[in-house]
Amino acid sequence: MSCRSRPQLPCLGKLLWGAVIRSARVTAAEADRCAVLSGRCCPFSNSAADQSENGAEISNFQPPADSHHDWVGPPDRFSNLRPIKFYSLKNESKLKQQLRKLRIDTQNWNQKFWTDQNITFNKEKEMFIHTRLKAKGIGLRDEEGRKNTLSAEEMAEFYKSFLDTNYKKHVNYNKEWYKRNFTITWLMGRAVLQSAWRKLRWRKEVRG
Amino acid sequence: MYSALCRLLPGRLGMCVFETLQKVTIIKRFPKVIVHHYRSGKHEWLTFQHFTLPKCQYVTKANKGLYQRAKPKAEPSASSFPEKQPLINDETVLRSVQQIPAIMPHPSSLQESEGSTTGKTPMAEVAEDKMTAQDIREAKQWKEVKVQLPDLPGIYARLSKIKLTALVATTASAGFAMAPVPFDLSCFLLATIGTGLASCAANSINQFFEVPFDSNMNRTKNRPLVRGQISPLHAVSFAVACSVPGIALLTLGVNPLTGALGAFNIFLYTCCYTPMKRLSILNTWVGSVVGAIPPVMGWTAATGTVGVGALLLGGLLYSWQFPHFNALSWNLREDYSRGGYRMMSVTHPLLCKQVALRHCIALIGLSTLCPVFDVTTWTFPLISLPINLYISYLGYRFYRDSNRSSARKLFFCSLWHLPMLLLLMLTCKKSLFTNEGAAHHKAEAEVQA
Repeated sequence: MSCRSRPQLPCLGKLLWGAVIRSARVTAAEADRCAVLSGRCCPFSNSAADQSENGAEISNFQPPADSHHDWVGPPDRFSNLRPIKFYSLKNESKLKQQLRKLRIDTQNWNQKFWTDQNITFNKEKEMFIHTRLKAKGIGLRDEEGRKNTLSAEEMAEFYKSFLDTNYKKHVNYNKEWYKRNFTITWLMGRAVLQSAWRKLRWRKEVRG
Repeated sequence: MYSALCRLLPGRLGMCVFETLQKVTIIKRFPKVIVHHYRSGKHEWLTFQHFTLPKCQYVTKANKGLYQRAKPKAEPSASSFPEKQPLINDETVLRSVQQIPAIMPHPSSLQESEGSTTGKTPMAEVAEDKMTAQDIREAKQWKEVKVQLPDLPGIYARLSKIKLTALVATTASAGFAMAPVPFDLSCFLLATIGTGLASCAANSINQFFEVPFDSNMNRTKNRPLVRGQISPLHAVSFAVACSVPGIALLTLGVNPLTGALGAFNIFLYTCCYTPMKRLSILNTWVGSVVGAIPPVMGWTAATGTVGVGALLLGGLLYSWQFPHFNALSWNLREDYSRGGYRMMSVTHPLLCKQVALRHCIALIGLSTLCPVFDVTTWTFPLISLPINLYISYLGYRFYRDSNRSSARKLFFCSLWHLPMLLLLMLTCKKSLFTNEGAAHHKAEAEVQA
């Protein structure tokens, strides 16, 4: 994917709007940074399709082009998961490509699940607090403007009901996560062995 | 100049204010540095001046576009950005690098960008400012997944939960020391090290399984796999590298029974307890068995069989787990709920409190049984009564009050209670010479006769 070939239109667009529109900002910044920081094409999988499917914020960060490793970022503010920019060579093997694609897919899937989970949790928690306070006849905020809270015992009811309602969802997530985790690690192991084997063969050829 | 320009375009007035406000916001976060900025910036419209420490260059952008070009600081490829508050030099240089390309893609064509700078709307400038400040902060926090050798010990320590492992190894060595056989130093060391290695392996696999869950809990979000310091494969390799020598050491260096118990414990912890945490509250009971096995391993390492003493010691550890864990989990209910963990404290709070209290009292009972089975003298239940009563009292307070502070008190008490109990037990160990010594003399006398 050639970053330089990205059109300059996003830049102009930004000039015209001047507003903080996320996608424009991202693509423009990406294009600019790509062009500036990499003499050659950036090897990091950074396409919008790869990194985000669900409105998760795409990070503007572009690892330095001479790096040969993955880069891990700060925790996402919704899912608390750390995004990874995966490194890929142009002529990577099929196995490595499969591994990288699986990791990206798992990252997106995890991101979606946890964002959804955390947002739902917080929303339902707020609703629970509101209804309880209403039932008690207490307002949402006290005289000093601070938010009124419920006691730990009362909150515990909500925590229990949240767990119970989402039980099946959690069980299914668990199964899927374990499967993916094992597959990724298995593929990683195979990839490492494959690289080691290739290196060994190359050395033999060089010597022999 | 400032006011003139402000008057020229009415929209810009809002932007002046906006920018001023925005600078105020920044000031809040990086007070020491920006104050400097602000003062110098006051005289110039659309200015952000970066005064950097000697290493970097000035980049001053004024309305007329007069500014020095800052050579972008070369990014060291193997560096990892500091996680803490960034130094102003780095922030400033990055800022300048990112500002310029936004106007024109190529850094060498800065002369042309002067013109376009003035042509940009103030909103875009401000937006860019905002964006790059945030991006800089974010960029500071991106790290290369490249393991540096000096970091490895720290990473491995956290991966293997070294403090917990040390406690587990201590309980195993206490089990060994309490066994009614002459003390064999080499066997003792092998058993302790083997158990420690097995514990490292089990903890690593646990963390390998729980990456997304750990990310979402405050207590666990700084673990190595969560932070991406090592890959999952690395963690699994470490676990294998610990478990294989550990179990081999136990099986070949000590005895097969101890090795089998060690392997079983790893399996119980990683394949039963860890998945069960999200399925059923029974995980706590399984986890307690996991905690009870190491002293039994110590005992079997010394004697080669699972005696009553081993079961008693295991029983003491088993009972101890409940006040320890239930109190810990009491204050983490929200995190557990959000993470999808099924713990007694969340789903069955009354049971949680009852079980904790029950097992505190059981500790007294089990301590009393020790001399009955000749593990210790009768001094032990007497001298351990104060600490056992104290933890039972805290267990009762936790049962009655069920609040944050009583839970914390019970948890912290459990942390010192266990080592103290084991120490007291060691001091009250039934001496070999009183028991076997007398029997030995008797046997000798009979033979002579």
